[in-house]
Amino acid sequence: MDPEIKREIIMEHYQNPLHRHHVDDKSYDMVNTANSSCIDNLNIYIKYDGDVIKDIAFEGEACAISISSTSIMIENLIGKTREEALNIIDNFENMINEKEYSEDVLGNAVVYSDIYKQNSRKSCAFLPYRGLREALTKKDNGKS
Amino acid sequence: MNREDFPMLEEDIIYLDNGATSLKPKCVIDKTVEYYSKYSANAHRGDYDISYKVDQEYEGTREKVAEFLNADSEEIVFTSGATDSLNMIATGFFAPLIEAGDEILITTSEHASNVLPWFRLQNEKGAIVKYIPLDSNYHVTLDNVKKMVTPNTKIIAIAEITNVIGDVRPIKEICKFAHENNIFVVVDGAQSVPHKKVDVKDLDCDFLAFSAHKMYGPTGLGILYGKKELLENLNPINLGGGMNESFDSPSEILLKDIPTRLEAGTPNIASVIAFGSAIDYLNKIGMDKINERELYLRKYLIDKLIKIPYIDIINLEADSGIVSFNVEGIFSQDVAFYLNKYKVCVRAGNHCAKILKNATKVTNSLRVSLAFYNTESEIDTLVELLSNKDKIVKEML
Repeated sequence: MDPEIKREIIMEHYQNPLHRHHVDDKSYDMVNTANSSCIDNLNIYIKYDGDVIKDIAFEGEACAISISSTSIMIENLIGKTREEALNIIDNFENMINEKEYSEDVLGNAVVYSDIYKQNSRKSCAFLPYRGLREALTKKDNGKS
Repeated sequence: MNREDFPMLEEDIIYLDNGATSLKPKCVIDKTVEYYSKYSANAHRGDYDISYKVDQEYEGTREKVAEFLNADSEEIVFTSGATDSLNMIATGFFAPLIEAGDEILITTSEHASNVLPWFRLQNEKGAIVKYIPLDSNYHVTLDNVKKMVTPNTKIIAIAEITNVIGDVRPIKEICKFAHENNIFVVVDGAQSVPHKKVDVKDLDCDFLAFSAHKMYGPTGLGILYGKKELLENLNPINLGGGMNESFDSPSEILLKDIPTRLEAGTPNIASVIAFGSAIDYLNKIGMDKINERELYLRKYLIDKLIKIPYIDIINLEADSGIVSFNVEGIFSQDVAFYLNKYKVCVRAGNHCAKILKNATKVTNSLRVSLAFYNTESEIDTLVELLSNKDKIVKEML
């Protein structure tokens, strides 16, 4: 993908992030995800319909990379099963760590394929995925 | 000034994060290497020549620090950092002394290291932590201290200079008032001792804590100053080698005198010895000259920053090298990443002052913290980079 197009997608999701709002609905699970080395700090809300992720929303304060990455992730994950979602998270993690990954499951998230060049930004891009993985795994264990 | 003394300044960077840690002059680096290559023995042995040399150097630094602060050398304890010092003070001295309902005054602009040890006294001993209100510039005034003091106030624990606001607190006046009311004063000197003359006798503070690495010295070393009669009553948190005179059974333990009693285990010998060179170096330049230079640089920066309409300066008034600000509409961390692309090192975040947002209503910011070796031209580069908001937005990713 052309770097300028990547940039535009990231900026669009940073300036107009999707699903960024508070959720006050007990049918949603909530997970907090924060980077210890910086100040990114997000709450992510997830609503399931059986095995399927029906809705995700987020709120909080974070940098442009974290916010845009969260928005893009949510856009991609709504409607997916838990297993599909975990697979997407694994692939995203592989991508930012320069390992083999499957581009076709990532949707717009491939805009971060060059993020490995900025080490300090990798954790920003991965922040929402880390939170969601925690939430999904918890759900698997029947804890939530 | 004195840039040629700092090997790090030969690197292609503009280092403006001196509040986090300072760069080290060559004499400090050389002294570290000298210890490891010429007399690398343990301290407090003295049975052979190189060990005797270690003792001389190690205790020599203690004397230099004492002289630097106008204290007595037995009042100087080597710790692992300002954090360690403050925890020793809170846990070793005050925890046994404090009673439920006793009040501890701090401020919302303190660093975590001067907040959490006091929170612990609240959680574990039933003490009550209260906040001295900050004025409209987020400064501490003696009047506001007076307003908060009650018959239950036992401790005032505040930084002399805070790490985000950079205001200089009237410590001398606060100590005078506190002592008239039987209140102890603990001073966090992490941001002040490296940048201005601090005379503990003149201030009359009871305890002072600071770190070597923020004052051009090595990492892993801090100083705890305490008045002699108070240090005598500070319980050692660590027991072990080097701090005991003799022991036969749990009821027969004889400890050494202060300050050795408070330095259990093999100390950070290399850093202590190298810190002696840092003190010599600072004395050679002169603390007043350092302070004057840093205040000049601050004014130079503020005069330029203030002209950029979308920059909000949080601490317009402060007599230190700390300038905190935000670029309107852009998350501080994104600005820091942008500056990093031009090798400009600044800090973004809450700077460990996590309750300051209650006063400033700003949750995070960029912080420039200047040292005497920074230059007008470095500041010009910073300001030029900040002068084009479109460029920041375009290049922050």
